[in-house]
Order: sequence, then C-alpha cells, then structure tokens
Amino acid sequence: MSDDTTLATEDESSDAAVAYGCPLGDSHGQTVLHPNREQYVDVVKTLADDGYTMVVDLCGVDFLEYLNRPLPAGVDPERFEVVVNLLDITNRRRVRLRVQVPEDDAELPSLFDVHPGTEAYERETYDMFGVTFTDHPDMTRILMPEDWVGHPLRKDFEVGQIPVQFKGANS
Amino acid sequence: MTATDWTPSTAPAQTSEGAQEMKPRSALGPRELMREVGSVLRLSEAEVAQLGDLPEDPDEDQTMIINMGPQHPSTHGVLRLMLELQGETVLRCKPIIGYLHTGMEKTGEQLTFMQGGTNVTRMDYLSPMANELAFSMATEQLLGIDGDIPERAVWMRMLLAELNRMSSHLLFMATNGMDLGAVSMMIYGWREREEVLRFFQKVTGLRMNHNFIRPGGLAADLPPGWRDDVLRLLDLIPERLEEYDILMTGQPIWRERLQGVGVITPDEAITLGACGPILRSTGVAWDLRRDMPYLRYDEMDFDVIVGSYGDAFDRYAIRLNEIRESMKIVRQILDRMPPGDYRIQDKKVTPPPRARIDESMEALIHHFKIFTEGFKVPEGEVYVGIESPRGEIGCYIVSDGSPTPYRMHMRAPSFANIQCLPHMMRGGLVADAVAVISSVDPVLGDVDR
Repeated sequence: MSDDTTLATEDESSDAAVAYGCPLGDSHGQTVLHPNREQYVDVVKTLADDGYTMVVDLCGVDFLEYLNRPLPAGVDPERFEVVVNLLDITNRRRVRLRVQVPEDDAELPSLFDVHPGTEAYERETYDMFGVTFTDHPDMTRILMPEDWVGHPLRKDFEVGQIPVQFKGANS
Repeated sequence: MTATDWTPSTAPAQTSEGAQEMKPRSALGPRELMREVGSVLRLSEAEVAQLGDLPEDPDEDQTMIINMGPQHPSTHGVLRLMLELQGETVLRCKPIIGYLHTGMEKTGEQLTFMQGGTNVTRMDYLSPMANELAFSMATEQLLGIDGDIPERAVWMRMLLAELNRMSSHLLFMATNGMDLGAVSMMIYGWREREEVLRFFQKVTGLRMNHNFIRPGGLAADLPPGWRDDVLRLLDLIPERLEEYDILMTGQPIWRERLQGVGVITPDEAITLGACGPILRSTGVAWDLRRDMPYLRYDEMDFDVIVGSYGDAFDRYAIRLNEIRESMKIVRQILDRMPPGDYRIQDKKVTPPPRARIDESMEALIHHFKIFTEGFKVPEGEVYVGIESPRGEIGCYIVSDGSPTPYRMHMRAPSFANIQCLPHMMRGGLVADAVAVISSVDPVLGDVDR
C-alpha cells in the first residue's frame, strides 16, 4: 500500500529526519513522527491545519519486554507508547505519531478539544494500559467493568491471573 | 417465593457500570455534558448563535433517563444505550459498551502470526474476510513479501472480500428492515445472505470465521465449479434487489421512517472519525478501495456511492447500491481471474503441500515446525487500513522479531462509528433511536473485541 507521501515540509533538506519539529521515521514506507509529550497536541493541531483532519486510530503499546526497540535518534524509549494514526482525505495520505509515555507518570494531554472523535479511543487506551489523558471529559473505563482491577493489555497483566469475574454471581 | 419477596431494585444493579453510566445533568461538568449531547464541531459562540434552533436544555425535573439494553432486540448485540428524554425527544445519549469484550487483542499476543487469523476473523464476524485481509496484509508488509503475493491469490482475495461485502450488506438489509417493522424483509435478507455464505462454505469449509486468507496467500485454491456458483449468485441477487426496491425503497412508510432521521454533516462525520457508509452518506466520496487502492482495486471499474443528506435513508440506499457495485467488481474479477498459485512459495511462511509430507521427512518436520512454532517476523511496526463493509478496518502490528505479534491492534470501524450515536440522536424521537442504531450498522463483536 502506498499510503505515504512526503510530508509537506521539505524545509531543512540538510536535516531530513525532522518534520514538524520532531524526529521523523519511516516504517515500511509509512511516515512516522515521534513528538514528545510537550509537542504532542501542538503537532496534532499543526497537522490538522495541514489537512490531517481525521484521527483514524489511537492506541497504546506497552514496551515493558521490548524496551530496546529501534527508534530514531533523539527519542528516548519509555515503557508506554501512544500511537495515533492521522488521515488526510484531501491529499490521500497518512501519518502516524508515536508518543513516548513514561511508566511513573503515565499521562498525556487529551486530543478531545482538537478531534472529538478520539474520545472513545482515549478511554480504551486508559482502560487497557492505564495511561490517563488529562482534560478528557470522561476518563472512565470503556470495555472492562468499572470495578476491574488492573489494565489488561499491560505486559505484566498475565493471562489467567484472575478467575473470570461475573458480576453478581457466586463463583 | 411470593410476589412481594421479589425486589426489582436489585435487578438493574447487576448491569450497573457505575461511573461509565449516564449521570443527571447536575452531576456533570460542561465538557462531559457537551460530549453527551453530541457536540462535535469546535465553533465559536458567534458561529453557534448563527446556527439557531438548538433544542432548549430543560431543567432536570422535566427529563427522564432511561436504559435501553444491554439485551434489546434492536441493538444488534449487547449494546446498551442510556437516553435522557424529555417527553419523546432524546436530549442526551450515551452508549455503554464492553459487554462483548473478550480480550481478543490480548489473545492476539499469545497466538503466532500463523494462528492470528483465527482470532481476528471473529472480531467483525459479519465481514471475516476483511479482518483476515487486513491482518494478512500487515503481516506481509512486516515480512517484506507484500509485493510477491501471486496474482491468483490477490484476485481470489478480492473476490472473497467483495462477496463478503455483499453478504454483510444483505444482512444489513435484513436487520434494518426488522428494526423498522418490515419483518418480512428480515427473512428475505437472511435468505440472500445465506446464498453467499453457501458459496463461502464450499470454498472455505465454514459459513463464517473462515481463517481462509492467511499471511502469504490463502489456505486453499477455489474448488471446481466455483465460477458457476458465482455466476449463479450474480444472476440471482439482482432481481432480489429489485424486490427490495419495491418492498422498501419506493415505499412511503419506509421513506417516512428514514428520511431526515439521524442526520450528520460532512464536517461532523470527519471530526468524529466516522468511516464507510456513514461518511459517504454525507457526500464525502471516501472509499479506500478507490482512494488508497490495495490489491488490484485500481484496475477495477466501479463507482463510489455517496449520499447527499447524511440521513438514515442515505445510508440504507448506499448499502443497497454498494451490493450492486460489488457485483460489478465480481464480474470483472471473473473475467480476469488468472491461473497460478494461490499462495506464495516462500518456505518461510508456506507449509509444504500435503502430498510432500507423506514422502519427505524434511517436509514433515517443516510442516510441524511452522504450525507449532510459527515463523519469525522481522522487527518493526506497520498499520494497514482497508475498506470493510462498515468502513476502514485497520490492523496495527508491532513485531519484536518473534513468531508472535508483540502488539496487535485492530482499528474497528464500528467502534468509531458508534461514537456518532449521541450526535445523531440529539433532538430526535425515541422511536427513531432504533432506526439510527440500525443505520449505523454496528457489529458489537467489532466494537468490543
């Protein structure tokens, strides 16, 4: 699939690995940006002005067992990553953002004010990974029951560690 | 047990989701309220004033919060909606999901890339081929073999994906009719879908959950006589679609029930990340098959069906006509289906043929290893999005170089589309709520995964 095109900014041709002020990567022909937490919302806003008006997907990844993954220079690996897929339907291109989120301060600003469509995705990421999104209107669980303990897609949440919980039933 | 022993108040508590539920207005901040009334666009106050005729928000003692579901015949599975009503008008709506959550993304991390298809095919169980295709294409990109898939495999994938689109939309015709009281439509829709599924059963051995499209190609070649079966389908379905037109499209009651219900504008649909027929119903001609072609869709001649009002009727009409467009594509595939291999002959990902196992020890070992240990996939991460019947289904895979995905995430079209419900329902009648849910065509297996 050729869903990648060169990003609009061709400015600093000397330093090709930077776009929108953050390290630029390429994964199997797909454009990947690595903003840090401070840049994150501003980069999404700038990209929205450049045509990336649609958030296709937002999900988390827990790199607890795979910290030494390949990353472009200047990006420090952290335990969590929040991955945002943006789509520009006018110019038919995609871009992916990978934001590093440290374990001891698993917090990221919410995109709700820029793209209200991320609301459910952010709740899902919170539910599954325990990454909280500040300024999110409703930071509750979405797929798991509200009284569930732990965040299931974390790598240290083992399969089968909890007997299946049925509400109101005697187990 | 006497009648007085039974206390109804304990029954609702079993479905309580606490903080996830809709709360009275007094317990909400402005931002949460904004979301539940379906505010989408970020406008200035001056722009909002120009819009005018927004429903007045009444006092709390004039409204009522009711619960719909999780088990309701028209919620397409275990979807639960909480609605705030004033009289018959819906003011707020909050979908509460997760009742079908089975941790399939977690399961996907335990299964090898070889076995992953069995898992993803069960997510959106009405379009299993689209799930398998997205997963297989993502795996192939990570392996770097996406350009080497044999022609016949590519065309077979396209054939199955289009037939799957037809079966999925035919089921939508059935459920949409049923939700609106055209109960005979339910029987007709299921009948036609069954014709398609019968073909799938002949090809893959199963009606649903095929695990037929696999990394590297497909599980088997098309069976003898497949062309006649497809031609029979193509002869059969057009006249049935004409019957649908008579029964529903032109019928005044049907139009009354759907036109102007659940309206959404292009800006709102894009902002909410809606995709598929919902986005196209607003007039945005966005179809990944045409706009970001994969397989051989760029060589196909077909139209992208768009609506103009963004209402439930447009979404119905789009799906009806997409069946016709899919048949057009299937005809072209029949004409051009190339001979050749149905899977890549790459020893790394392809198990040896059955006949070789009987005569060669190495083939037996190879077969055993590939099915028990799987194959290693190079490090990397990739996202592949394709057009499923419900919109963009995407597969995001992170691989750490082992035979199992480190992280496998499916971008579920229904999960995104269901976020449009609060917006579509605002200001409508509670009787239309069912029409709106139905027109979104959510598959709860896909929403909850």
